[in-house]
Amino acid sequence: MLIVKKPDILSSEITPREVFDNRRRFIKAAGFGAAAGLVASAGFLPSLASATSQRQKIASFNKTAYGKDEQLTGYEDITTYNNFYEFGTSKSDPAVHSKLFKPTPWTLSIEGEVKKPKKISIEDIFKLAPLEERIYRMRCVEGWSMVIPWVGLPLAKLIQYAEPTGNARFVEFISLADPKSMPGVRVPILDWPYREGLRMDEAMHPLTIMAVGLYGEVLPNQNGAPMRLVVPWKYGFKGAKTIVALRFTEKMPVTAWMKAGPSEYGFYANVNPEVEHPRWSQSTERRIGGGLFSPRIKTRMFNGYADEVGQLYAGMDLRKNF
Amino acid sequence: MRFSQPDKSRLRWIRLVLFILALIPLARLVWLAATESLSANPIEFIERSTGTWALVMLLIVLSLTPLRLLTGVAWPIQLRRMAGLFMFFYACLHFTSYIWLDHWFDWREISKHIIKHPYVLVGFLAFMLSIPLALTSSNAMMRKLGRRWKHLHAMVYPIAILAVLHFWWLVKKDIREPLAYAVVLLLLLGIRLIHWQKNLQRAKHTGNAGS
Repeated sequence: MLIVKKPDILSSEITPREVFDNRRRFIKAAGFGAAAGLVASAGFLPSLASATSQRQKIASFNKTAYGKDEQLTGYEDITTYNNFYEFGTSKSDPAVHSKLFKPTPWTLSIEGEVKKPKKISIEDIFKLAPLEERIYRMRCVEGWSMVIPWVGLPLAKLIQYAEPTGNARFVEFISLADPKSMPGVRVPILDWPYREGLRMDEAMHPLTIMAVGLYGEVLPNQNGAPMRLVVPWKYGFKGAKTIVALRFTEKMPVTAWMKAGPSEYGFYANVNPEVEHPRWSQSTERRIGGGLFSPRIKTRMFNGYADEVGQLYAGMDLRKNF
Repeated sequence: MRFSQPDKSRLRWIRLVLFILALIPLARLVWLAATESLSANPIEFIERSTGTWALVMLLIVLSLTPLRLLTGVAWPIQLRRMAGLFMFFYACLHFTSYIWLDHWFDWREISKHIIKHPYVLVGFLAFMLSIPLALTSSNAMMRKLGRRWKHLHAMVYPIAILAVLHFWWLVKKDIREPLAYAVVLLLLLGIRLIHWQKNLQRAKHTGNAGS
């Protein structure tokens, strides 16, 4: 008996995604080309920079309930509007300047207050724990936000593997700073390498993940390949990208942004609509992808994750510990 | 000579060409909006672009006198009003995109921003101060105000300083772009200062010689 139904379309007739995307890009580019005489410079056409090379599916990961009711921000927006100063300070820079960046081979170094310093490859991190999809809101300190379907593993799993000692009270995340492959690092905008940090209980919290992908695909370079931190109740800059080292410490680490502006950026950087940035308000945010005529939305305490993480900060003055 | 005063019809042509050129930034925004290419954050894009072009026009306005002082070519000053009105035009678009697209006429929120956040305040002040200049830009108003017109329009200097501060204070960390505008502004003001000082000295000298 024939159980397998013959498909209506031959598999050879289905356009592979890669080709399909390329075609779309080509059509788009051609459309722009016609008007090139009018617009003159390539710098005038921001969306042309969006072409992302080599997209690679992640073979297996588990869906989770996190953010299942959220409306996702589009792949194009997530991958062309990035703050990633190692590849330039304009939002469109990272997509363009990270194209040739090589996120493999990659090893993460585990240092500081651990039983034994060790190194782990990105391939082994993929195998360390079942990967999960987590749909999280991301709120940038600049007042915009996205909803991103990350793929990653709980940071707690990586910390278990790292085996920190009893002295470890904080974990510091150190990003790559390679002037050869990262043009932004040649400019002293920040004190390179980029550094971030979490208190151990924040790092071990089930919401905190090390992301290795988004939209079911391997993390694009401009989003921090091969791995980046995601802490959804904190401002986006806490999410260190292209991480090369985890260092466990007894003392609170000084992060790159704390060094750059101690009065503007604190260690905690929890999303908090009541504590303003010294220069601008944090009470509302613009959700990316809404188009020209969508209003701002109200920013929520801990980016809407107060039920899960509120107790981490019980009794703390969040105005002082911003 | 090439840089000598163009005749009337030539000047009219120059005006027309510059008028069209000055509209390109707006045409570009319309085109990018129509093709949904205003980046992932179109409102920020429009605010940035219109603000930048208002600032550029303002610096063009301020560069015509130094051009005369340095080269003796004076006729481009006849184009200053147009540049000034384009500055006001882009500033209006900038202001409108802020109160409309960005904040949806939420006046309470907007006034809170103006009072609490210096970068908004200086931008707002620069815009408010430029309104009387735009309103008194006609020949009739010039005649009517006489000498006071010149005093009123000297306001362009504080406006320029406020506008550059506005840009400087809103940038998160990479101040290279506002710094470039600040340097240009300082140069343009510096050339004037040196010139005024020279004039002052010359006046003193001739004064001494007379006594």
